[in-house]
Amino acid sequence: MKRFILKRILSMIPVLFIVSVVIFSLVHLVPGDPAAAMLGDMATAEDIAALHARLGLDRPLVQQYFVWISNIFHGDFGDSVANHQTVASMILSHLEPTIHLTILALIIAVLIAIPLGMIAATRKGSVVDHSVTVLSLLGISLPSFLLGLFLILVFAVRFKLLPSSGYVPMRQGFWMHLKSILLPAIALGFMNAAFMMRMTRASLLEVLGSDYIRMAKAKGVREMAIVTVHAFKNTLVTIITVIGQSLVQSLSGAAVVESLFAIPGLGQLMVNSIGRRDYYVIQSIVLLIAVFNVIVNMFVDILYGVVDPRVRVS
Amino acid sequence: MSILHANEMTVSAANANATETLTGAGFEELKARLAKEQRAIRIRRFTSNKGAVFGLVVVLMVLLLAILAPVICHYDPLALDTVNRLKPMSLAHPFGTDTMGRDVFARVLYGARISLFVGFTVGILSGVLGMVVGLYASTNKLADNILMRICDGLKAIPSTLLAITLMAVLGADIRNVIMALTIVSVPSMARLARGRALVIREQTYIEAMRCLGASKLRIMWKHMAPNIISPIIVQVTFVFASAIISEAALSFLGAGVPAPAPSWGNILNEGKSVIYQAWWIVCFPGAFTALTVLGLNLLGDGIRDFIDPTSEG
Repeated sequence: MKRFILKRILSMIPVLFIVSVVIFSLVHLVPGDPAAAMLGDMATAEDIAALHARLGLDRPLVQQYFVWISNIFHGDFGDSVANHQTVASMILSHLEPTIHLTILALIIAVLIAIPLGMIAATRKGSVVDHSVTVLSLLGISLPSFLLGLFLILVFAVRFKLLPSSGYVPMRQGFWMHLKSILLPAIALGFMNAAFMMRMTRASLLEVLGSDYIRMAKAKGVREMAIVTVHAFKNTLVTIITVIGQSLVQSLSGAAVVESLFAIPGLGQLMVNSIGRRDYYVIQSIVLLIAVFNVIVNMFVDILYGVVDPRVRVS
Repeated sequence: MSILHANEMTVSAANANATETLTGAGFEELKARLAKEQRAIRIRRFTSNKGAVFGLVVVLMVLLLAILAPVICHYDPLALDTVNRLKPMSLAHPFGTDTMGRDVFARVLYGARISLFVGFTVGILSGVLGMVVGLYASTNKLADNILMRICDGLKAIPSTLLAITLMAVLGADIRNVIMALTIVSVPSMARLARGRALVIREQTYIEAMRCLGASKLRIMWKHMAPNIISPIIVQVTFVFASAIISEAALSFLGAGVPAPAPSWGNILNEGKSVIYQAWWIVCFPGAFTALTVLGLNLLGDGIRDFIDPTSEG
């Protein structure tokens, strides 16, 4: 098991390297001079030259990459060009809303999707099964920002139950906090719920068709026990994968949902930075989330090994 | 009933032909009849899938509305009419008017043009590029290593964020939207094409072609490509759908199609700020987006089941 975990961790390194190279090159795709683009049309030649020197843009690309990456290992993500703050401090101050939003969205998705998916699989062809199929189709076709807009129309505009924008931090009261992120979390969670439902249903159906389940049935094991004890364990691999993917999905989908609901999280910071041409902020946030994605995938891989001993050997 | 009938026809036609031997007109006629039957069977198989038919109808309807926009609606989607700001639905303005008095119905119709154009172009471009990358990767070890590592790197970045970053760097412009979304969707397309190509490459007929001395290019494009194209077509439909969503999301964030142009995302973005006064600006383009994407997804599912019946869930 130890060797398995170590191998997984080591296999992450080349992927991380490539990801960092890709993200580094993105900013250098800027047509023309990135420094000039960042400063806008009003900049003088001296300003541009000064920024050039500060960002080290006059050095060779390979050297720039290594300076950049070694700074990141020291926790230095560079300075924001738009306001005089370090990128790291900006990211830290925008982290909390995004984390809370993502977790709530994930909880909503798991609570809806897994029971419904399981019921749909055990009662194939029933009303629940059909509504699960329709719901999962809707979830795939209804992007989170669109669902968010519809939710605002219904719950904020029509019935005035929940706020349509703004964020109340946890320390100002739990209920207010929950109310402020409930709609965005539903908008964000629904798409993941749809996907999760589909996968849970499909994998449970497959397991329920296998011989050992028939054996358990023949032995007279109650249906409840078959589904929750015998079959569930074998669907865990799928469920773990889907939850891992949903976590990353919610985190990245937060960009759009946060700007819709005016929640001051990472996503909103990123979107606002587009207008300010603050490439270093965008670059750092994307890097962080991509690294997080790779790490989540690694954990999912390791969990496979925990859940299914056969994976450890191969 | 109809299937039985079709089979009977084939049998009788074949019998008639056997006595006549394979000569001229009789053979041609048989061939034409067989082709017609095959077509009928295929159409029946496709239409038996209710979802696919619904999807096809929705997509065709939206396409028709987009093409006939100037005939259906006489308003200019960009014409300002500040006297009639934020007017609710009426006979003159079936979807109401927006913050600058522009007709929302006209904007939704012309927006369909932009959204469908972006989605379609991204789908086709990423399909073609994905196939090129996948095929070359499957036949060349070095290219495989380099291309697949780049794909892994691109795939590790969540697609929404990658698209936003690319748009931030490239600048808001419809050409850049297409470019960014294509870059986002090529990696998984290439993976798909490569996976299929690796299986095909090992088959005997490809080996035979190699022994016959066919050039690499000929094998790749004439013998391998036709066999990997059907999953690619299915994937193109899904990319088409997701590109429409992504374009709307990017425009909604102000990083997509630049402002006055009526893309669905732009209309939603403008409607968001007046959502308490004018629900119709958000509701209609939103419904159009969701319906089109739903239609494309259903159509994609239908095509997949049609091409490869074993994949049916």
